[in-house]
Amino acid sequence: MSGVALDPKTSPVFPMAAKAALGDTQMRKNVRHATNVIQTKRGRVVGEMPDWQQLREAGKQIRQHTMEHLDFYLEQFEENCTRVGGVVHWARDAEEAKRIVTGLVKASGSDEVIKIKSMTTEEIHLNDALEAAGIHAYETDLAELIIQLGQDQPSHIVVPALHKNRQQIREIFQRKMNLPELGESPQDLADAARMFLREKFLRVKTGVSGANFLIAETGGVCIVESEGNGRMCLTLPETLITIAGIDKVLPRFQDLEVVLQLLPRSATGERMNPYNSIWTGVKEGDGPRAFHVVLMDNARTEILADKEGRQTLNCIRCGACQNVCPVYRQTGGQAYGSVYAGPIGAILTPQLQEMHHAQSLPYASSLCGACYEVCPVKINIPEVLIHLRNKVVKQNTAGIVGLFDVEAGAMKAMAMIFKSERRFRAAQRLGRMAETPLVRKDGRGVGWIGWLPGMLGGWTQVRDLQEMPKETFRDWWEKRRTNGN
Amino acid sequence: MGTEMTVANASSAARTEILRRIRVAKGGTSTEAAAQSGWGHVTREYRRTSALETEALLELLEDRLRDYDAHVVRVGADDVADAVSKILTTRGKRRIVVPDGLTAEWLPEGFEFVTDDGMSATSLDAFDGVITGSTVAIAVTGTVILQNIAGQGRRAVTLVPDYHLCVVKATDVVETVPQAMEKLSGTSELTTTFFSGPSATADIEMTRIKGVHGPRHLDVILIM
Ligand code: SF4
Repeated sequence: MSGVALDPKTSPVFPMAAKAALGDTQMRKNVRHATNVIQTKRGRVVGEMPDWQQLREAGKQIRQHTMEHLDFYLEQFEENCTRVGGVVHWARDAEEAKRIVTGLVKASGSDEVIKIKSMTTEEIHLNDALEAAGIHAYETDLAELIIQLGQDQPSHIVVPALHKNRQQIREIFQRKMNLPELGESPQDLADAARMFLREKFLRVKTGVSGANFLIAETGGVCIVESEGNGRMCLTLPETLITIAGIDKVLPRFQDLEVVLQLLPRSATGERMNPYNSIWTGVKEGDGPRAFHVVLMDNARTEILADKEGRQTLNCIRCGACQNVCPVYRQTGGQAYGSVYAGPIGAILTPQLQEMHHAQSLPYASSLCGACYEVCPVKINIPEVLIHLRNKVVKQNTAGIVGLFDVEAGAMKAMAMIFKSERRFRAAQRLGRMAETPLVRKDGRGVGWIGWLPGMLGGWTQVRDLQEMPKETFRDWWEKRRTNGN
Repeated sequence: MGTEMTVANASSAARTEILRRIRVAKGGTSTEAAAQSGWGHVTREYRRTSALETEALLELLEDRLRDYDAHVVRVGADDVADAVSKILTTRGKRRIVVPDGLTAEWLPEGFEFVTDDGMSATSLDAFDGVITGSTVAIAVTGTVILQNIAGQGRRAVTLVPDYHLCVVKATDVVETVPQAMEKLSGTSELTTTFFSGPSATADIEMTRIKGVHGPRHLDVILIM
């Protein structure tokens, strides 16, 4: 898949792409290793928090509240950001956003930009547009650099190069940085990246970033990161262009107290990211002299209009749902044919395409519910998956009355289950029993599912899917609390 | 001029259209009063206060900072310069940039301290390190927070040099993130940087590697 942009309009359907991905044993090993490490770390630091469930609830309510008043908060953000010297632009879709950013870069007088990792710019393939306009973009996040130099595509929201191991990274750096003697320890590789990028940080005059949060109350922007490359891009250039989905807004500065606890622990298993930057507009003598924010819709209002799909917009892009997803762990991220992979990709991507593309993604799930259990803002991904399957069925059967009625009926029943927490948990327990006939034990006693009903069947016929965990995260959580440890 | 006008017009058309789509999607326009009351109804049952005595609080901060590969020492108010001298000597650092307004008594004899006057990134890159104060520290997460005020300075100063020595006052340490946000609320528009340990990445096989682009080493002096 290397070098070919992950575009839902042109990507193969998930079962086909997944089948190809399953043949790449090295990639699958790398993905399994990385997701295991993050999950272990995440489990440890989440376990430290006695108020984790209360934080999740607050996170969910803040995000829901924001969506209910999105027009008010966006206008408030614009007003405050403008007041402190920022310039706010609005973009209806990807094309418009790319045009605005390209125009701003040109107006900054630069034909090079340094970039912070940003899913939003990946979503619209900004780098290609910049390149076409004669502007070279340097990715400065280590993982994004690996992908850019390797002409690869991201495979995870938070750790986009997790499908590559150190030997593969070394090979890319040796070739692209012209360092034949380069060692293969992670430290050697990080040092090479530091050397390679420092010159660019000190030289390039224009920076492009995404945003983790836009703060309506102050007009501020918050970015969390680890390496300091973000701080470099936000601080050293003369012009900074930040592009953000309209869903990224937070009502008040105080709300950071919730999301800054939820995000790092869920994303990388850190208690806090090594660096969080918050800045408002332009500050004399500190950071860029020109600051632009591009607020992009690109089908987000379409999602907002769908009562059941709306909760998708609450996502804070932590990637936790990917790490627990048995399907993602088998196929890696690129099989999803979009920069958003895993459970969140399965619901977000088709909706960003207004349900015209990526229609197989809502089926790329075993509906085990692990993504829902782990989501820091409690997005009920299984519920949305079922809802979207329904939509797909309806769209595809418009005019062919009766053909898919059985499936549509089944989907409605599933939707009922996912709407109630009690029913959901009962069904989960039932699910573990009901799947038993499908499970075969391998040589090491690990259970595998050789066949799954529905569209995914076409895929599981070819490869096996690991059995659902015996215990749900929540069961485990409650048990460990009553045991008092 | 012509292009600027076209861009402005396009943007205002986009703005109108996006806000219209949002209002249609939600079935109405939000008002400030409705937003405020809705925000006030968010359930916040998470921890917002501290349960720890001072000593336990500081131990927690030290522990969490060390967990992030920062080196931490505790000193009395009169012994900061001494501690700075020892640490810089051990680290082999001589030429240090400091932000305007840094407490002069913290700086020992025998080193070259240069006050930042808005120098270029390349000049900053030539220093051995930087010394700053701090606004707040969060024990539970091992986080220190800097703002653009006297003694903490602009962001580039604490970013470009390879080494950061940060002085934290025990009275500025809080236990939880909400307590820190409350302390920052009066100055929420200042440029603010949180750091938890030195620069790090886990992008290669999920192995934590210290020091990518920010300072590679972080020492913290905790003043009692
Ligand atoms: S859906 Fe939830 S778990 Fe998945 S990336 Fe978004 S916030 Fe994280």
